[in-house]
Amino acid sequence: MDRYAEQRLFGFLARASAALIVAVLLLVVGVTIFRGGRVFLTDPAVAITPPGSRYMLDGGGGFLHAVLGSLFIVVPATVVATTLSLSTAVFLQSDYSSERTSDVINMFLNVLWGTPPIVYGVFVLTVIIAVGAQTSLIFGIVAIAIFQYPIMTRYADEALQSAPDAVKEASYGLGATRFETARVTIRAALPGIIAGVIMGFARGIGDAATVLFTAGRSTQMPGGPFEPATTLPILIFEQAASFNAEVRSHAYAASFVLIVAVLALIIASKLLAGRYARFAPGGRQ
Amino acid sequence: MDTTTDSGSNAQADRPERLDRRLLIERLSSYWLIGAGLFAVALFALIVLTLVQQSIPIVSEHSLLEMLTSSNWDPASEEFGYLPAIVGTIYVTVLSMAMGTPIAILAAIYIAEYAEGRMKVIVSSFIDVLAAIPSVIFGLVGLIVVVPFVGDYLAPALGTHSIGLGIVTVSLVMAIIVTPFMISLTVESLEALPDELREASLGVGATKWETIRSVLLRAAGPGIFSAILLGFGRVFGATIVPAMLIGGQTAIPESPFDAGETLPSLIVNDFGELMSIPLTQSALIFVGLLLLVIVWLFNFGAMLVRRRLQRRWQY
Repeated sequence: MDRYAEQRLFGFLARASAALIVAVLLLVVGVTIFRGGRVFLTDPAVAITPPGSRYMLDGGGGFLHAVLGSLFIVVPATVVATTLSLSTAVFLQSDYSSERTSDVINMFLNVLWGTPPIVYGVFVLTVIIAVGAQTSLIFGIVAIAIFQYPIMTRYADEALQSAPDAVKEASYGLGATRFETARVTIRAALPGIIAGVIMGFARGIGDAATVLFTAGRSTQMPGGPFEPATTLPILIFEQAASFNAEVRSHAYAASFVLIVAVLALIIASKLLAGRYARFAPGGRQ
Repeated sequence: MDTTTDSGSNAQADRPERLDRRLLIERLSSYWLIGAGLFAVALFALIVLTLVQQSIPIVSEHSLLEMLTSSNWDPASEEFGYLPAIVGTIYVTVLSMAMGTPIAILAAIYIAEYAEGRMKVIVSSFIDVLAAIPSVIFGLVGLIVVVPFVGDYLAPALGTHSIGLGIVTVSLVMAIIVTPFMISLTVESLEALPDELREASLGVGATKWETIRSVLLRAAGPGIFSAILLGFGRVFGATIVPAMLIGGQTAIPESPFDAGETLPSLIVNDFGELMSIPLTQSALIFVGLLLLVIVWLFNFGAMLVRRRLQRRWQY
């Protein structure tokens, strides 16, 4: 094979790989939307109906409990994780920590970032056992917040680092304190930070492994912060292989709701990042 | 700034007060931020210590070597052999990385070097979307599409038998999940290379592919290598997809078409029912610790290799 044939071959393979990946994505989204949409669109009320008393057996009612559970768990968790991760990211900038310190902390963050979600689930479960509590909404929030924290810190840190130094220098030049300067820097880095928060939210709402043992696989409406709850991914996981066709179809409908939510979040993140780019110096006006 | 001079003394008293307040905020906020910075370390330490402490019962009861090499997993009679799950995990990791890595690298080459303009934006945003899809949805699509495909077509075509659920099914789905993750890291390191490298190589008469193969892939090598290692860590710790698709059988799989168990799916499948037995609980928490340590080694290895290769393959 001469070098030009080789070039053609690999050029073709590179295109084919990219095409394969796009095709797989279309297949995954298509199957979810087709199979789930067929159930969901014929009876959209299934997402806002509370489950019946023998839900796991006959699929009576709907899965409002999982929709609400997802929101009640992921929204507070995202708020907590955003506060913590933004603070950590500000600390990692050179104003507060030496290069050495931030290197060490970054190393730990990388390890946390790569930690399998199931480990967080097991960790929170051992805490639950240690304090003698039961699986409940509040521990679901804790588990998801821990899971989101390293992801969102990474986005926030990258955004803050890419904010131009001129902003910082100008702020210090006017006699601002470090905290006031950090506020200015955060504003300049807002597009990246918001994109990070939304991606963290999307990851949190889609994750099952962390909440599987911590939120409790409840099949009733969430009763309060100390009562068991469930989320959409748990519902899909539990019901996807059920023998009852009705119960199974609810998993399909739930996956439709979930994938639409995640896709909407990604689009929102791109749009918002563009919108807030006006705060960034040199960004779109 | 404050030019309203209705009473000079008042302004005089105001100013230090305002400065005091600013300094107070500065001091308080810096405590909070230092706390937040240390939170990352504290969280990691807390996780490790808790898992270690909870694993002590099982490790003091059975020898570590015995647990890692015994293939008998039967919590009801206090037999904890991790070997089937370890073999299953290795099978799944190796198979999905073998399928996913070449495709990921080729697709990354396409995005970084071949695609232009709108096509590039479209393909890379598709990959962003693929990376953000929850794994439970991949599991569901796996149940609908991949399980019948493996059971009815792939296994008979290769002359074996499969119920559809099994190691190959999980590997196929995991290969899809891990690809976008590796692609974006690889594209990043390819795009970070200076154009002079491409120009110099093309200038001495290399074809585009020769440039990619012998110059760009080598210069971006450290980044690509750590992308692969991080991908390993991802597949290794994947939980939901194996739990849904592997069939849950704690025996050493004879062929990749058999049902099996991976370490994370072992936790999921056995935790619910066996919570009441303290020793089982400890055994499963020990699996969590094992996962954490191995992923940590992967990350650490990725960092070391990256540093080493950066020195060797510098341009």
